[in-house]
Amino acid sequence: MTALVATMRHARYVVSENPVTGLAFGLFVLIVLAALFGPFLVPYDPLASNTSMALQPPSARFWFGTDQLGRDIFSRVIVATRLDFGIAVSSVVLVFAMGGLAGVAAGFFGGWTDRIVGRIADTIMAFPLFVLAMGIVAALGNTVQNIVIATAIVNFPLYARVARAEANVRREAGFVEAARLSGNGEWRILVFQVLPNVIPILVVQMSLTMGYAILNAAGLSFIGLGVRPPTPEWGIMVAEGAAFIVSGEWWIAFFPGLALMTAVFCFNLLGDGLRDIVDPRRRT
Amino acid sequence: MTGTLDTMSSATVHGAPPADPPLLDVGELRKRFPVSGTLGLIGRLRRRMKGGPIHLPHVYAVDDVSFTIGKGETVGLVGESGCGKSTLVRVLTRLLDPSGGIVRLGGRELSLTPARRFAKDPDRARIQMVFQDAGESVNPRFTAFAAIADPLRRLRGLRGAALTAKVEKAADQCGLPRALLSRFPHQLSGGQRARVGIARAVAVEPALLVLDEPTAALDVSVQVVILQLLERLKTELGMSYLFVSHDLGVVRLLCDRVLVMYLGKIVESGPARAVFANPLHPYTRALVDAAPSLHDRGAGRIRLQGEPRSPIDPDPNVCRFYGRCPKGTDLCRAEMPALRRFGERDVACHFAEEITAR
Repeated sequence: MTALVATMRHARYVVSENPVTGLAFGLFVLIVLAALFGPFLVPYDPLASNTSMALQPPSARFWFGTDQLGRDIFSRVIVATRLDFGIAVSSVVLVFAMGGLAGVAAGFFGGWTDRIVGRIADTIMAFPLFVLAMGIVAALGNTVQNIVIATAIVNFPLYARVARAEANVRREAGFVEAARLSGNGEWRILVFQVLPNVIPILVVQMSLTMGYAILNAAGLSFIGLGVRPPTPEWGIMVAEGAAFIVSGEWWIAFFPGLALMTAVFCFNLLGDGLRDIVDPRRRT
Repeated sequence: MTGTLDTMSSATVHGAPPADPPLLDVGELRKRFPVSGTLGLIGRLRRRMKGGPIHLPHVYAVDDVSFTIGKGETVGLVGESGCGKSTLVRVLTRLLDPSGGIVRLGGRELSLTPARRFAKDPDRARIQMVFQDAGESVNPRFTAFAAIADPLRRLRGLRGAALTAKVEKAADQCGLPRALLSRFPHQLSGGQRARVGIARAVAVEPALLVLDEPTAALDVSVQVVILQLLERLKTELGMSYLFVSHDLGVVRLLCDRVLVMYLGKIVESGPARAVFANPLHPYTRALVDAAPSLHDRGAGRIRLQGEPRSPIDPDPNVCRFYGRCPKGTDLCRAEMPALRRFGERDVACHFAEEITAR
């Protein structure tokens, strides 16, 4: 309880010290709110087409304009948040668990565990990552679930390597030997002594790859894999709007792209702030 | 406290002869590490194809070390960096498996249980250790309370109020204010961290406490306080100490007996006062002479020159100290001196008699 209060107080301190982190947190809260309540907030049905209102530029009535079928782009961008954010969060959580645990085990146990995890990571790294993600989705089938899995697999080496390096330097640490003397088994040491020291670093990694995961999901949809139209999704919307840029209807691709950029920007900034909060050594 | 005494007496009844056996009995203990990297994967495969044993060179970190520690005794272990002190300590505390020899605690052979499984051993609580750098040996993400509570939870099975009471008792014993228990290591001073490290080790009431240079990372003023604390805890809890240190002055003050180690071997052992007052082995002499002194300006001191011999596959017939020893004769190169008894001490030097005579 006191620990929670202390963490809250420290979080407030970090945010007030660093306005950029505060901005990122603000954006993050907005994104989460849009993901949770988006469908109830938007002025129009994101799927309802109205050809008489097609290709309207941004105005007071249609903030982000309308697309070729007369759908409100603002509504679509907000509603799409849930899908894009959901894909990013689930893939990042999945890879955090898989890559983090595999990496920590590799770094802590060394030997064969290390070699196996290392070779798997090398193999994944040997492919151009986006092409690998395309291949996985194409092979497993065109579903949201498979986008999540593909994004997680593509990010696996990043997590495994960071976790491995961090666990490896703590392998011979005094507190690990002290834990052995205290009657902790190897797995218990791994989970309760080493992992808590690696998590802050992985959290930063998480925030950074979250942006990449969103880009990856949107990219897959952009080239026609993954989510299918007419589902509102940033990547599809950019893809659909791209055809109209030459004829001057820039807003169709611009606003989903802006949403995408804002989200990625926000997650990257968030990483630094999160590290300051999670790491107790920075606490005063 | 009484619990420890009970287990100790019962161990004596079951295990060993009644003639007050030593608490810790170490016999011909060896620890060798293969030197990897000298033979690559290809080289190893080629060797295997040819057949025959694959002999890798080994570092002889601890080589045929024997000694005992009695109940309530404080034994000092001194020697330069790299002489195998830390390895010896890690083998004794069952963090490493020995390559050979025995480690007997209260009559029970410990080295039969592999180090990996020793964490669950009933005797785990009886050997504890205070680490050199408390800042590094307390998990930065654990509060002082969590650090001290961990061994009590794992080894004594305490939970809830009983656990809190025991942690607070250990903190009180070690002079750590209870208000500091909720702090993280980085919020504590060096001396307070050292107290956390000591409280964690003594909380489970071990029979043998290994102190690996417990004061090396501390200010001189704090060192004294911590040493006094250790001295008090020893009598209060009835523990035996193995005190590893660079600081000969501290060893002289605190220890009943002292072991001098050089390149994996014990070269001299005996009552601390006698060993330091009149060293019989040239290496001990050099160690004592190396301590700075106001009165003696350095005439007649032994000053060591050059590097120690390589610990990798050392020649079993050459004295380990040969080459750095001011005596060094052909005999030292032809025959390894064995530990020989001189009154209360053991010395491994061919020329100990001459020095005694002098």
